[in-house]
Amino acid sequence: MIGKPTLTRRILTTDLPALGIVLLALGPFLWMLMTSFTPQERLAAVGVAISPVSWSLENYLRLISRTSFLGNMGHSLLVAAGTTVLGLFVSVTAAYAFSRFRFAGRRVLMMQFLLVNMFPVVLLILPLFVMMRRLGLLDTHAALIIANATVAIPFSVWMLTSYINAIPKSLDEAAMTDGCSRLQALRRVILPLAMPGIISTGIYIFITAWNEYLYALTLGGRNVRTVTVAVQTLIGEYQIEWGLLSAGGVVGALPATILFLIAQRRLIGGLTQGAVKG
Amino acid sequence: MSLTAALSDHAAPTRAWRKRLLPYGLLTPAVLVTVVIVFLPMIEAVVTSLYEFVLFRPNAARFVGLGNYIKLVQDPVFWITLKHTAIWIGLTVPLQMGLGLIAALILNRQFPWRGLARALVIIPWALPSVVIALMWRWIYDANTGVLNEILLRLSIIQSAIPWLADPDKALYAVVVTLTWQGFPFFAVMILAGLQGIPRSRYEAASIDGASAWRQFRHVTLPGIAGVLATAGLLRIIWVANSIDVIFVMTGGGPGYATQTLPLYAFVKARQNLDFGYGTTIAVMFTLLLGVVVAIYIARTSREVER
Repeated sequence: MIGKPTLTRRILTTDLPALGIVLLALGPFLWMLMTSFTPQERLAAVGVAISPVSWSLENYLRLISRTSFLGNMGHSLLVAAGTTVLGLFVSVTAAYAFSRFRFAGRRVLMMQFLLVNMFPVVLLILPLFVMMRRLGLLDTHAALIIANATVAIPFSVWMLTSYINAIPKSLDEAAMTDGCSRLQALRRVILPLAMPGIISTGIYIFITAWNEYLYALTLGGRNVRTVTVAVQTLIGEYQIEWGLLSAGGVVGALPATILFLIAQRRLIGGLTQGAVKG
Repeated sequence: MSLTAALSDHAAPTRAWRKRLLPYGLLTPAVLVTVVIVFLPMIEAVVTSLYEFVLFRPNAARFVGLGNYIKLVQDPVFWITLKHTAIWIGLTVPLQMGLGLIAALILNRQFPWRGLARALVIIPWALPSVVIALMWRWIYDANTGVLNEILLRLSIIQSAIPWLADPDKALYAVVVTLTWQGFPFFAVMILAGLQGIPRSRYEAASIDGASAWRQFRHVTLPGIAGVLATAGLLRIIWVANSIDVIFVMTGGGPGYATQTLPLYAFVKARQNLDFGYGTTIAVMFTLLLGVVVAIYIARTSREVER
């Protein structure tokens, strides 16, 4: 930090350690990527191909032609998109209320949402299963959307509250002086301004719902099988086909990872804000 | 301005009521949905734990009071899994925090590709747990896994080790995986905390002749203490709750070697369909975790009242 370090010194003390950390974080995933590009016979005979010369898309072609993986992606998409819509829809007005009003019970209600977020999945999963069975919802998209909403709603209420807090109150007041009602001020002034926050909250919900496994395993079934459950079924009966499995893992992880990379700057801003203040 | 005030004065009583009820109205959908999908199931869980209830024999459900809880404390597996849960949290969270701190300190330095490095380091966070679990099973594989291959080449070990099949090593192998999965979260949180420390404090410290280590001890650590505490509490809750990675990696085995308390509840209900007892374990686990949750809520609660 003091003076101007020379280039070599910088490379030794900063770039190399940073590279080490990046490799540590990415290594296992890169290994899976290389495995997925290695043809099955080569994998069995020699092992993972490190040089791109012997790579092929064989595993991916088999994944698409011989398994129902694309259909599973469709189910995951429906569930994740449904959870995002439901989560955002009920959370926006709640977040606005928490941000703009001071009313009796505000703290208790806010804490209620925080508490809900901490409930162990394992506590909820059994009664939810019994409930869905009673309602005949097992193995439907609705069951998974509802189950995922148990995580998505409290989370987005908190995220959106902090985003709306960042919008000056004077804007609502100005809109109401101009004759808007509260709800009109929310819809015409606050919603457009909060849109970046709403979008990143939505992306976060989408990623968590896409990656969710235990609810999908327990409440899904033959008709609704999401990617996370399907990946596991790629494990063969007698022998694990690591090439195929890796291809499934890569494809299954791709949508969430890409979304995350696109939105990461804003997402991390929103996620860390609360913790840094606390 | 005065015109609106006069108008609202006119219809004062109803207006005032509507104004006071508005926030509750805005909150109703979210609260209603959470009550139905979280609180009702939770109450049902507590009730179920008082019954002997096996899923495929719903008519044979029998009220046993605290019978399941008595059975639980006499169940040797309960104590084994409780011990594993303690080891599991006690190792994973500090390891994640330590590695996260190191990563954050490195990524907080100045170098040209810092933005790229930061984006790449958080990728494990975005990967599905199932994919992570399968990926590490492949790495740990006894015959063809890359970990054994590297260690054999470096002559650190003499023969391949079945990491996940060895009861003495399996739990630690899973801890390593979870550490890898969770350290980016700490790195990101700590980075945000580091950026909140004013530069002037470092300058003042270096004028006073403080060494790099002393600067770290007396400027950096106090500056990120709040973040470490919050992130640590959040992670304890998260790690304790996360059963998907272990479930896919080992299913709790070999034997009970990697069984944690929540996983035991899940497996009991899933495989034996013993919902009464499974729920009892889950409720017990929730009560134990409740202590940590209470601390976290109390911390955040102070923050909200503004």
